[in-house]
Amino acid sequence: MTMTTEPPPSTTAALRFSGVSKKFKDGTVALTGADLAVAPGEFVTVVGPSGCGKSTLLRIASGLDKASDGEVAVHSKSVGYVFQDATLLPWRTVRDNVGLLAELEHMDKKERERRVRDAIDLVGLTGFEKHLPMELSGGMRMRVSLARSMVLAPDVFLFDEPFGALDEITRERLNDELLRMFIQSRFAALFITHSVQEAVFLSGRVLVMSGRPGRVKAEVTVPFDYPRAPEIRYSAEFAALCGEVSQYLRDV
Amino acid sequence: MTVDVDSAAAAPAVGPAPGEVVAPPTGAGVPGGRWARSRGALLNKFLLPFCVFALFVGGWYLVSGFALTRQQRFMLPLPHDVIRVGILDWSNFKVILEALRYTVIVTFVGLAISMVLGVLAAVLMSQAQWIESSLYPWAVVLQTVPILALTPVLSFFFGFALTSRTIVCVIIAFFPIVSNTLFGLQSVDRGMHELFTLHHTSRFTRLWKLQLPAALPAMFSGFRVAAGLSVIGAIVGEFFFKQGNAGLGTSLSVYSSRLEGERLWATTLVASLLGIAVFVFFGWLSRRVVGRWYQPKRG
Repeated sequence: MTMTTEPPPSTTAALRFSGVSKKFKDGTVALTGADLAVAPGEFVTVVGPSGCGKSTLLRIASGLDKASDGEVAVHSKSVGYVFQDATLLPWRTVRDNVGLLAELEHMDKKERERRVRDAIDLVGLTGFEKHLPMELSGGMRMRVSLARSMVLAPDVFLFDEPFGALDEITRERLNDELLRMFIQSRFAALFITHSVQEAVFLSGRVLVMSGRPGRVKAEVTVPFDYPRAPEIRYSAEFAALCGEVSQYLRDV
Repeated sequence: MTVDVDSAAAAPAVGPAPGEVVAPPTGAGVPGGRWARSRGALLNKFLLPFCVFALFVGGWYLVSGFALTRQQRFMLPLPHDVIRVGILDWSNFKVILEALRYTVIVTFVGLAISMVLGVLAAVLMSQAQWIESSLYPWAVVLQTVPILALTPVLSFFFGFALTSRTIVCVIIAFFPIVSNTLFGLQSVDRGMHELFTLHHTSRFTRLWKLQLPAALPAMFSGFRVAAGLSVIGAIVGEFFFKQGNAGLGTSLSVYSSRLEGERLWATTLVASLLGIAVFVFFGWLSRRVVGRWYQPKRG
């Protein structure tokens, strides 16, 4: 068990937190001295008890919140952010929702339309372009949300428990598809979850955070290569890794 | 981004999983179920209000026929007398329709002005807390100020005809539009706001692409309330400002002073029908505009 987590040497981290603390106006301390780094093309997952400041990490990384102390460095041209909710605009069709961020970034219309088409295809929603969010299931809405971020081709991708509200079957399916996107685009990912299985299945490293005030307490390296077959979830090695992470979670 | 269509299509895990069911578009479903539902809707929408109407007319007959003597009946004539004298007698009804025309003009001009001013005021208030704090109380005051108190000053500046009537109409119809629109603009989901914040969206883009569309359902329910109120506003305005073409309010005050109960109630009936018509129209318009994506929660 290491106390700080460093990316492999000789690479510049895509995302680095050094001694980051966050104290809210009401006095709540969400983070104390959080250190972590994500290398380009690396998939890192953070698990921790609820209220340990996991989401605060992402909010600080994306600039939605400011750190009270410490340093945050993001080396990225484009940051993708996937919220807990799909946050789709209910009056926009799937196609127009997927195109929203590109629209806000004033992307050229032709280019935008091409990327929107590709992204819809990538998440398997071809044929649903004209549907409205209220006509979609929760899993499909989350696919739209993923596609919306993919359109901007982010090189750093932040996920705030995106599949937390989905049923187990849909979640596993979306995990498989998320990995497929990751292999294709090889962004740096920081993924927050409270599911140990999801964390182990997706990431190269799992970081375990302590309860509030949150800091990174342990790190588990997942040795499986990408692409990962869905069946590795049932392997003994996978179960052992999940056991290890769960053990740390109990200790913190 | 390396979005590769071919490999995406070739991958096995494409398309909604079996567990992910596409919700059927509203209205679709088993034909039998659909029929049953529309029969229920018919009952709720027409039959029940009609029953209440029948009770109301029955009560009217009771009061008019038994509680009032023949000499007192001018106050509340029997319903069929109202229809016979006020509606079926063309020479009388023609006058009412002529008055209706001017009331409709004041109603719609007043409502249109209220909609523009109301939405603008709400947008302005939504932009900064200090603007809201300084303006909103005065919108409330405008709503509560007795029109009677304003008549001298309105007549001094705008005369006794259409302009003053329209202003009264706007004063009465303005507030629900402001309060509903402001509520709609301010109840946008925080996550959606943050999504726009992440992409450094300008104030105008945020308003245009997020807040205004999100506020449309609330805005329309404000329009609907204001539409009914603007009829009242027009009639109240006509009551106080009688110069120029006579509207329904003018007629009401004339018939009332002449104790012409039948024509008074026929005019009232027409005024109510106008109110119902604009209310229904805005309900329909609202469903046309936002009904596709917005479904009010039913109990």
